[in-house]
Amino acid sequence: MSEDVAQREWPLWEVFIRSRRGLSHQHVGSLHAPDAEMALRNARDVYTRRSEGVSIWVVPAAAVVATSPDEKDSFFDPAADKAYRHPTFYDVPAEVQHL
Amino acid sequence: MTQDQRTAPDRFQTLVDNDERIEPRDEMPDAYRKTLIRQIAQHAHSEIIGMQPEGNWISRAPSLRRKAILMAKVQDEAGHGLYLYSAAETLGVDRSELLDLLHAGRQRYSSIFNYPTLTWADMGAIGWLVDGAAIVNQIPITRCSYGPYARAMVRICKEESFHQRQGFEILHTLSHGTPEQHAMAQDAVDRWWWPSLMMFGPPDSGADQSKGHTAQSMAWKIKRFSNDELRQKFVDMSVPQAGVLGLTLPDPDLHLDDETGHYRFGEIDWSEFFSVLKGNGPCNAARMQHRRAAHNDGAWVREAATAYAEKTRARTAAGAA
Repeated sequence: MSEDVAQREWPLWEVFIRSRRGLSHQHVGSLHAPDAEMALRNARDVYTRRSEGVSIWVVPAAAVVATSPDEKDSFFDPAADKAYRHPTFYDVPAEVQHL
Repeated sequence: MTQDQRTAPDRFQTLVDNDERIEPRDEMPDAYRKTLIRQIAQHAHSEIIGMQPEGNWISRAPSLRRKAILMAKVQDEAGHGLYLYSAAETLGVDRSELLDLLHAGRQRYSSIFNYPTLTWADMGAIGWLVDGAAIVNQIPITRCSYGPYARAMVRICKEESFHQRQGFEILHTLSHGTPEQHAMAQDAVDRWWWPSLMMFGPPDSGADQSKGHTAQSMAWKIKRFSNDELRQKFVDMSVPQAGVLGLTLPDPDLHLDDETGHYRFGEIDWSEFFSVLKGNGPCNAARMQHRRAAHNDGAWVREAATAYAEKTRARTAAGAA
């Protein structure tokens, strides 16, 4: 990476869109913008040209905290051996209704 | 098996073999990452260079309706470029680096955009044939093993469908207009047919065979079908459509093979393809010159936006203090 990239490139923003009322915002991609307001305007032009959204969130990519792929297995392990959390774990007589 | 595949963790190949997606922070072989960066960047560059041949006709569109449609299409191409640069960036490369490589002539864009758009009918031929070929190429990439690329491609394919239809409509209108308009439509199709077939890349076998990365890309599920398979699919789709348009395709050898149900087509002039690829097409120099100029002439806008953002931040901070 050339040394002046940091100066030349605007910060990266992650874009989340609520496609219609009743649904949660969903990640759709990212873009560069100098500030939050321009990020919203750019997100509108890049990701909602065909009325794909009724609400947009933009989040500085640097502000996203994520699980590490390295600890992926151990991090999610605790859920793996608790099948009793799922309704299908339980034996129910066939004649029982509405359960 | 390449060095990279041997040293990469089994996890990567297992995911690929199980048809699961690789996501940005997963471990992946260096060569997989490099191949994707090169391919996605080339794809992104093609989208933004592809704005030029059509931008050329916005001011001369024959009606307000056609002008609005063409502007929406060219804006889509810019959007597609952005989806793709954003996908490439998830692999750890910076968009400005990719643009530098394009401007330095070290990364390519699709050769098809090195042909000129001589008449209004070319807007029709580009939509119908060039976007049509792009769709055939791109639909399998919606199932590419790399998640962000596949997702970008889903959006792009949805939007390309409008591009292809508006092109078909332009040609259909011209073809059923005056004899001059019909001739203009036929001339555009005559010029764009062969370059569109070349968009699928060199053949799978023979003297001009692809020296690219087909086998490896297939093993990595970046690519799902060979160049010739996709080309055949495109020809099979296009021939009946040309009939509806009332236009002919400029290939005397084109005929339906009753045994296979496929249309057989004549020899493609690969020397032309390689010559355009090397930079000797009619518009290579003009496209690059225009791209560099647009980038340089737009520098003050980017700088002004940065300065404005900094000023606003400083004022907000001062107000809060």
